[in-house]
Amino acid sequence: MQLVLGGGGGVKTSSMSTVSGEGNTAMSSEDSSSPDEAELELGLGLSLGGFKAQQTAVKTKYARILTAKDLPSGVSTSSSCTSSSSSTLSRANATAGTKRSADSVSAPNGASSQVVGWPPIRAYRMNSMVNQAKSVATEEYNSVIGKNKNNTAVLDKTNNGSNMNSNNFKVRTSFFVKVNMDGIAIGRKVDLNASGCYEALAQTLEDMFLRPIPTINAMRSSAPEHNLMVDATRCPKLLDGSSEFVLTYEDKEGDWMLVGDVPWGMFLSSVKRLRIMRRSEATGLAPRLQERNGRQRSKLI
Amino acid sequence: MDPNSKRKKESPPETSRSSPFPDEVLERILGLLKSNKDRSSVSLVCKDWYNAESWSRTHVFIGNCYSVSPEIVARRFPKIRSVTLKGKPRFSDFNLVPRNWGADIQSWLVVFASKYPFLEELRLKRMTVTDESLEFLALNFPDFKALSLLSCDGFSTDGLAAIATHCKNLTELDIQENGIDDKSGNWLSCFPENFSSLEVLNFANLNSDVNFDALEKLVSRCKSLKVLKVNKNVSLEQLQRLLVCTPQLTEIGTGSFSQELTGCQYTELENTFNHCKSLETLSGLWEATAPYLPVLYPACTNLTFLNLGYAALQSHELANLLRHCPQLRRLWVLDTVEDKGLEAVGSNCPLLEELRVFPADPFDEEIIRGVTEAGFVAVSYGCRRLHYVLYFCRQMTNAAVATIVQNCPNFTHFRLCIMNPGQPDYMTNEPMDEAFGAVVKTCSKLQRLSVSGLLTDLTFVYIGRYAKNLETLSVAFAGSSDWGMQCVLGGCPKLRKLEIRDCPFGNATLLSGLEKYESMRSLWMSSCNVTMNGCRQLAREMPRLNVEVMKEEGSDDIQADKVYVYRSVAGPRRDAPPSVLTLSGL
Repeated sequence: MQLVLGGGGGVKTSSMSTVSGEGNTAMSSEDSSSPDEAELELGLGLSLGGFKAQQTAVKTKYARILTAKDLPSGVSTSSSCTSSSSSTLSRANATAGTKRSADSVSAPNGASSQVVGWPPIRAYRMNSMVNQAKSVATEEYNSVIGKNKNNTAVLDKTNNGSNMNSNNFKVRTSFFVKVNMDGIAIGRKVDLNASGCYEALAQTLEDMFLRPIPTINAMRSSAPEHNLMVDATRCPKLLDGSSEFVLTYEDKEGDWMLVGDVPWGMFLSSVKRLRIMRRSEATGLAPRLQERNGRQRSKLI
Repeated sequence: MDPNSKRKKESPPETSRSSPFPDEVLERILGLLKSNKDRSSVSLVCKDWYNAESWSRTHVFIGNCYSVSPEIVARRFPKIRSVTLKGKPRFSDFNLVPRNWGADIQSWLVVFASKYPFLEELRLKRMTVTDESLEFLALNFPDFKALSLLSCDGFSTDGLAAIATHCKNLTELDIQENGIDDKSGNWLSCFPENFSSLEVLNFANLNSDVNFDALEKLVSRCKSLKVLKVNKNVSLEQLQRLLVCTPQLTEIGTGSFSQELTGCQYTELENTFNHCKSLETLSGLWEATAPYLPVLYPACTNLTFLNLGYAALQSHELANLLRHCPQLRRLWVLDTVEDKGLEAVGSNCPLLEELRVFPADPFDEEIIRGVTEAGFVAVSYGCRRLHYVLYFCRQMTNAAVATIVQNCPNFTHFRLCIMNPGQPDYMTNEPMDEAFGAVVKTCSKLQRLSVSGLLTDLTFVYIGRYAKNLETLSVAFAGSSDWGMQCVLGGCPKLRKLEIRDCPFGNATLLSGLEKYESMRSLWMSSCNVTMNGCRQLAREMPRLNVEVMKEEGSDDIQADKVYVYRSVAGPRRDAPPSVLTLSGL
């Protein structure tokens, strides 16, 4: 598998500026702690509330995973279909009881989830896969270059799909994001729609990463890394600061924020992926962070 | 030509007969022809041969149930014992055709009951089949042996019960991917206790539990059983008990492949599979998990077709399994195996001829999963005999496709689905024209092509110019103008089926194919720029075509949203629902 960087004529930096941090730019998760030049500030908080003040004051700079802005990549935004196709997609199309969501009007890219009969897979197979869909799945991080989509737009559609189920006949009932935990090479995925609130999400992640290995029949993959977790603290809490780990997420703009500050809906609309970070790592950065905070504040003053 | 002419011609030997053989001999000889194409050719030689072919034919294949009427079929072929019928346009599989569109088998069965009471086999695809029809079938054809339903709708398990109850000589019951109303599994218990002729049983599609006891007894008394595909409600342990009775199976569809087994049960299962030495096809494997896949290994030595389309395997799981499948010719997988899994395919399956990669989560847009161009390329390096591919992916490049067809120039079926409509080459940001250009230039035997991605008219110019053996073309979200499709319609001499959706082609395209449509089975155009006037003109100029427009609620009278055009010797159909307008030449 080759990591494709730069090259070609595919770099469209102008359009990429609106695409905040290609979340799918594949950097191995082990590199995630490498800060972006001198701009690192890790937002930390011992509790949900306390962090807010810090956040609002110093919004812009957080620990960042290298994003597409930092790397030249071969990613290009997909051009929209021919004009008639767009107009086609925008036409109300009632067929056999399935309607296109009105959301598709705003998506000239023709996101596949909103188009009747596309991708062309037999209904029987679709139904079988939905029934089999696992809410969490292990996943190997492979170095595959990110997508040529406008992630922001896609994210909006996703939320529309999840929050306005009644309008979508082709309903997207799950909203998976990647979760990586420091020290574990293999990332997981979690369905945020299945959680519904921060507590449930934290619980799910705690079950996923911080519990001893279940029996072979329950887990699809018994990666050796999971053995690390046997020694983890019992009943850790990711959100209240008592765990040795903190839960962070990367938002639309490529910034890493602490999970829990904003209302759940707002979180859903901006989250791209999650990272469970070692508190010690975060703590280690904190002094510099606080220095920067100090500097920043003094600048503001 | 009067097909009812008497078989024996009362003519003295000196008169000029076109054939030196008596009719019976000619029929005997022609009766050995199995291929429908050959039979069609033979029937055109002369009257005698036409008649002899008609009388000796036992199987008829009707690709479009509305192209001919059952009466016409019965008049021409008096001795049919096996019928294959296809109904709705293919896009009905993707919900583009209204439910009550037609293709009901009942009118055919009524004619068959009178003309072919000795009918033995019925294979239906995309037909509407009601429970009443199934019961009618079961009661009116005492010799009935084989029923196969693929992608059909309109029936429930009650209909299956009727078949099981009444068809005393049933050898085949093959229920695949249908829109079936699954009320209960009781139908299986309807097979009589002395019934033992079954050779093929496939109910993988059904969701209800069948009575396992009944199933086990059925399977043990059907000594000729060759194909057994159970549904996912059958557990591993139960499967093991079934396989113990039937080591001679050539095709196995397992049930759910995950269950907590004791060590002893695991060993038993392993031994059972070890005895399945005749296995050629393996499918099912729902929820297959890594720990249990190894039990299959000993059974895979002679495996030629592995269908993992419902088993979300990971790359290493697939790799491990494939190491034990040296004879594999056909492989269907989910894209959970990713490129790494496909590399394993390339490494382990040198004899592979067919690969289908389905998306496990087709609507999953943000997260990169699945396969890319790299996986396809890897397969092409390792599997030089590959000639059939169906590939769902989220990114592709022109260069990759060029490499692929260079490695595998013998493609007969090339179906590439880049899932985001209108997506360009992700590395160069160019259209995918050159990819499909490479395909048609290199693969001279290409019969079927499905295109996707960002495509301009150039793709279709290439197709028209080079795809001389192309029979089926599927196009979606592609093209720039009518010019491209005109090249196709003017260029591909063997084109039989053309299906287009969401493209900027209009009346000019529709009307440029006038001369071609009578040599084609059908044309489908939906969500294009075709108007009612265009359709009317087509109908006027080609009265032997059926031009049907499916109207949608709220659409105006100018646009023709969905157009389905097909040749027919039966005239316009009379069973169309109100939403389907049949345009006549008048």
